[in-house]
Amino acid sequence: MNYTEKVMDHFLHPRNVGKIENPNAIGKVGNPACGDIIEIFLRINPEGIIEDISFETFGCGAAIATSSMTTEMVKGKHIDEALKVTRDIVAEELGGLPAEKMHCSNLASEALHKAINEYKAKYGLK
Amino acid sequence: MTHRIYFDNSATTPVRKEVVDEIMPFLTELGGNPSSRHYEGRVVRTAVEAARAKVAAALNADPAEIYFNSCASEGNNTVLRGYMLGLGKNTKKNHIITTAVEHPSIFNTAAALEKEGFEVTYLPVDGKGNLNLDDLRKAIKENTGLISTMFVNNEIGNIYPVEEIGKIAREHNILFHVDAVQAVGKIPVDVKKIGCDFLTVSAHKFYGLKGVGSLFVKRGRVLKNLLTGGHQEKGKRPGTENVVGIIGMGKAIELAVAELDEEAKRVAALRDHLEQRVLAEIPYTRVVGDPSHRVPTLSNISFRFVEGEGILLKLDTEGIAVSTGSACSSSDLKASHVITALNGDPEEAHSSIRFSLGKHSTLEDVDYTVDTLKSTISLLRSFSPIYDEFVNSDKH
Ligand SMILES: Cc1ncc(COP(=O)(O)O)c(C=O)c1O
Ligand code: FES
Repeated sequence: MNYTEKVMDHFLHPRNVGKIENPNAIGKVGNPACGDIIEIFLRINPEGIIEDISFETFGCGAAIATSSMTTEMVKGKHIDEALKVTRDIVAEELGGLPAEKMHCSNLASEALHKAINEYKAKYGLK
Repeated sequence: MTHRIYFDNSATTPVRKEVVDEIMPFLTELGGNPSSRHYEGRVVRTAVEAARAKVAAALNADPAEIYFNSCASEGNNTVLRGYMLGLGKNTKKNHIITTAVEHPSIFNTAAALEKEGFEVTYLPVDGKGNLNLDDLRKAIKENTGLISTMFVNNEIGNIYPVEEIGKIAREHNILFHVDAVQAVGKIPVDVKKIGCDFLTVSAHKFYGLKGVGSLFVKRGRVLKNLLTGGHQEKGKRPGTENVVGIIGMGKAIELAVAELDEEAKRVAALRDHLEQRVLAEIPYTRVVGDPSHRVPTLSNISFRFVEGEGILLKLDTEGIAVSTGSACSSSDLKASHVITALNGDPEEAHSSIRFSLGKHSTLEDVDYTVDTLKSTISLLRSFSPIYDEFVNSDKH
């Protein structure tokens, strides 16, 4: 299966790339299967809203596109809403991914969840 | 589509015009079976045998030593499996020596033979992808029956010392097979000089059709058939011949050999220009393989901190076709075993791009590609976490 137009759009024009100023939550995950790395930076306000978000990704087209899509989907959302974003939802939003690329979409949501969970733990949030 | 730049000629080449012209009558009017005794059959038989003579001449073999088949993967399987089947229960010669950098049609077939009880030694390569002949000498044992090595590597372009290997094989009375798929049309291939017993070739790597190859089997050498059926190819490879493929292959190999000297010089200059510009203008790049023992058409370059599939996709949208050894672009998500064999580093494979030039490549293509690469690499690095980490550490 080839990449959908939406995947190519996010790959060619990734949203929210780089490092935001003063992130207060960071999640970094790597995939041991193919050695790819995704890092997500968030700035969460006291109400739990994701004010800003960005990513850096070393990986294939699908990894870059899912990183971009994930950040776009949760920007401005409450962290508890953001935790509901899973790889399947991201993949669906992108119009589907080739079967062998499904694990890449895992990475972005994993990094997001890791960042939020660490943030919650740090501030004693449930 | 507007002008495309095709730098993936090691994967396959487009069919050249002269080949199309040569096969056209056999697609339109001359449709007989070469095994038939009537006029329709005889015309086709004559053309098939003329093609066999051309393939033989190109390889300095005798036409009787050339067997047409469906592709080099079949040729490679025929040698390894045919050798094994020929031994039968007499398993005194059940050791095969090959290399760690073979094409999957050898690599995976050797692995299958291991499951059948064969012993296989995979000779390692050094950081530049070269073999050490002392490793070969040391690997030879009482029960070694076959050595199989490639002439030219398909991913890094290294040329292996097949003449020396052939000499060692003969000294020890061991059969020697050469996978010459990536050599034809790029460097001279002479079965007598190499001193091999078997040699595989595939037409689609030198502007012939896909799905046709040939296997050289030295007179007197026998391989057990993989297929049973009719009497075609002297009973060694049953099935009605791929007539147009064979006729096209004859034409393609004849032209490839005739043009070799001039074309090799021309393409080498383009390849060197590409490589010099990339190394000079894009930081943290490195040539993978051995620039001093390489075919003129190929350059494999690693672009640190970026993943190959991303580069490939980006170049593709800019009209440029290349390939990568990155795990991410293979369907089994395994990094190239060839590039990993060089230094054990899957990261290098991850970032490697193969540029394989061909007869249609021009200087403008090369310059446009380098310009596009410069922006592509800096864009992908701009959001690469490992590049970020690298520039913010004091290591560099
Ligand atoms: C070195 C080598 N051997 C064998 C093959 C297989 O050739 P074919 O596609 O004709 O089966 C290839 C093709 O990529 C190759 O590069
Ligand atoms: S990141 Fe390796 S396959 Fe997607």
